[in-house]
Amino acid sequence: MTAKVILPRIGTDAAFRHAARAFSTNDVPPEALHFCDKAEMTGLFDADIAIPQPRGELRLPKSFVALTNAAVWHTDADRFDRLYAFLWRVRDKPSLIQDRGDAALAQLRRMEKAVHRCQHKMKAFVRFREIGEVDAKRRSFAAWFEPTHHTVEPTAQFFMRRFADMDWRIVTPDVTAIFEAGRIRFELDHPRPSLPTDANEALWTTYFKNIFNPARLKVKAMTSEMPKKYWHNMPEATAIPELISTAPAHAREMAKAAPTLAPPRAVKVQEAAEKHQHWERSREGMHAALADCSRCPLHAHATQPVPGAGPETARLMIVGEQPGDIEDLTGTPFAGPSGQLLNSALRAAGLAREQIYLTNAVKHFKFQVRGKRRVHQRPSAVEIEKCRWWLKTEIANVSPELIVVLGATAALAVTGDGQKILSRRGQIEQGKNGVPVIVSLHPAHVLRNPNAEEKAQLRQFLVSDLSQASLWLEANLKGAS
Amino acid sequence: MARYSIDQKLAILSDAAKYDASCASSGSTRRDSRDGKGLGSNEGSGICHAYAPDGRCISLLKILMTNFCIYDCAYCINRVSSNVRRARFSVDEVVRLTIEFYRRNYIEGLFLSSGIIRSPDATMEDMVRIARKLREEENFRGYIHLKTIPDAAPELIEEAGRLADRLSINVELPTDASVKKHAPEKNPEQIRRAMADVRLRRQAARDKTHTGRKAPRFAPAGQSTQVIIGADDANDTTILRQSTRLYGGYGLKRVYYSAFSPIPDATARLPLVSPPLQREHRLYQADWLLRFYDFELDEITEATTDGNLDLDVDPKLAWALANRARFPVDVNTAPKELLLRVPGFGIKSVNRILSTRRHRKLRYEDLLRIGALMKNARPFITVLGWSPGALTDRADLRALFAPPPEQLRLL
Repeated sequence: MTAKVILPRIGTDAAFRHAARAFSTNDVPPEALHFCDKAEMTGLFDADIAIPQPRGELRLPKSFVALTNAAVWHTDADRFDRLYAFLWRVRDKPSLIQDRGDAALAQLRRMEKAVHRCQHKMKAFVRFREIGEVDAKRRSFAAWFEPTHHTVEPTAQFFMRRFADMDWRIVTPDVTAIFEAGRIRFELDHPRPSLPTDANEALWTTYFKNIFNPARLKVKAMTSEMPKKYWHNMPEATAIPELISTAPAHAREMAKAAPTLAPPRAVKVQEAAEKHQHWERSREGMHAALADCSRCPLHAHATQPVPGAGPETARLMIVGEQPGDIEDLTGTPFAGPSGQLLNSALRAAGLAREQIYLTNAVKHFKFQVRGKRRVHQRPSAVEIEKCRWWLKTEIANVSPELIVVLGATAALAVTGDGQKILSRRGQIEQGKNGVPVIVSLHPAHVLRNPNAEEKAQLRQFLVSDLSQASLWLEANLKGAS
Repeated sequence: MARYSIDQKLAILSDAAKYDASCASSGSTRRDSRDGKGLGSNEGSGICHAYAPDGRCISLLKILMTNFCIYDCAYCINRVSSNVRRARFSVDEVVRLTIEFYRRNYIEGLFLSSGIIRSPDATMEDMVRIARKLREEENFRGYIHLKTIPDAAPELIEEAGRLADRLSINVELPTDASVKKHAPEKNPEQIRRAMADVRLRRQAARDKTHTGRKAPRFAPAGQSTQVIIGADDANDTTILRQSTRLYGGYGLKRVYYSAFSPIPDATARLPLVSPPLQREHRLYQADWLLRFYDFELDEITEATTDGNLDLDVDPKLAWALANRARFPVDVNTAPKELLLRVPGFGIKSVNRILSTRRHRKLRYEDLLRIGALMKNARPFITVLGWSPGALTDRADLRALFAPPPEQLRLL
């Protein structure tokens, strides 16, 4: 014969956990027990049973405890028995909790999901009305709500976290939560209160009506997320039938209405706007022209062109390949990892970055997206050629005494030859513009090498080439004899 | 100008805001007001407080500060050349509406956007003032999403990011050429530069300062953008390629696709047809495959005919139908990457399959209980108690999924 375990309607979760621990550690099998809460007491012949003292510890999978804490609030009268029966099995075989195909577990998971959904809808659809004075030091609000499951108690925490600086109560046919002066309490079986009207409900309904787009009517999408059973406690829902019935006509009207002429003030406003140049910041000379560059398709994908940076009086110009991810975002050359490596190489070679004009052969970042990263792509010969126009302008503006080109792309742009970088590096060549050139490696080439030893070697090449440049500059110092 | 009541202003300025699709309020820092000194909380995941009959969630009070605008963007109801009624909220009105709605549990917070008045800086300054008042005077701890004006001063963007949970800037259209054509005052490069700026600031806020202290937070819920589809002739491949660039370049949380819907008082320059809702839906599905299912863009676009996604079947199913040589996969042995490719298997289903598989072999009925969509999955899997036989290679397999051809409607 089964014995009946009666659980209280408030604090049901803790009471059930306690009872389940007590019975299972005393090895009372599920067949011997029937759990119910006080409202569900209907049985005729079953005897009540006192809860024994727990004996020893009960170890259960964490996610079963979480499952229990949700499923106890379900309205299914068998929820406790189902939980206890599964506890009986999972106690000896903890891996069972991961078996998504187990029928009993699937049923409990469905119940858990239903309770979570009900909690979620409660957080969403409770509508407070103000019941106190607007200018009271602590304002007070009340709501009437009809949840599907016993979700008031487990959801009250949410409202406490959110509305702690006001008093509120959520009255339901089952449990009522009352939050006053920062303290929560639960009471049973309150009647439906009559709440005063609240002027903000009309405003809210106005908002609801106007944020709706009649050209996109999708009633099913609405009712699947906001079932009709909630509507009668939501002020905005009164507007729904009319919104639906007039939507097709509204949409037709919009489509039919002939385009109108612009109001006369439009021209005036636009003229004024143009005068103020609201959008375009005035940039000077080359930078402004470069910003509008569309000589090759790269401009449409990159964030911005990255012009050279450094003093126009610099004796040394360093030309890299193209901006990378960081350079593209910041708009300054050599700002990313390659820039850091270049900085340290410059220091090692005794050169000061502030005195050098740094730029790239190609001014826009060329890349391919892989997953969430933008991966550098080498610019094509056509892109290099199109962009050489800008490099030539920069060389003319700065008129450096020496140019260091880093990598094949820069070498191609400045000397017309991008081949055999390793064998050419470190020597003085003559550039297309008549300026002496030293060819070296691109810092990114150093960074990409996976072998630590080779990497150190390549970095040393870069430092030594830059040192060559430094020596050349010293030897050719104007006025030096 | 006519003087409007608060109710009339709300009607005008929410009507003007409805074309922005985003209403998300998730992914920000967790906070609450249990100390009793403020109002509001943020729990990580957002809450949809209501649904309008267009099926869209209402989570935030989504309004324009003003719908006066000096720009003339063809697709926008608020363009200077439109005859729509104009209104403007004061700072206090927006603050009061937000707080009173929030206290009644109508909303998660505020999504504030605006037409451009006077200058970008002046507009942005007013928006920032609203956010500042909410945070500092009302101690509001709910969600704030600010639409940033691309050319506003850096100090204003900085403050906006400190006050708001999310910042967004709309790229508006899929190509630079379309933006130049339909929104002549907007500069696509300027928009990208503004997004780059937000990404860099977010990155800087995550790094510790050189004194070891944490930098002040900056837009913790990230940035998003919106692109209007169907207003120009860009195909889905172009649109998705732009999205991958945006996700990759600026770390966007979301790209919203908004089917161009005819607006009251439309311009003659744009089509007046009903919005391509199905196309919008397919784009979102493809977007999900790119972000969560490890699909490469080319894989999705190769399964299309003219660069547009199949409207009749979803993009994952379209890919599977075009790559049948890779199926059927054995649910009991296939690696995760392959399970994620099975139509009808979502990320949750795949995780459940993997955790169950550790203990025993799966049967067909298990998959039903796990929540997989077996109607779609059946031809592409084998599992205990099920083998698709010749189904996988049937010539008319696509027809089993696609809706029957619609008869042309005669007038």
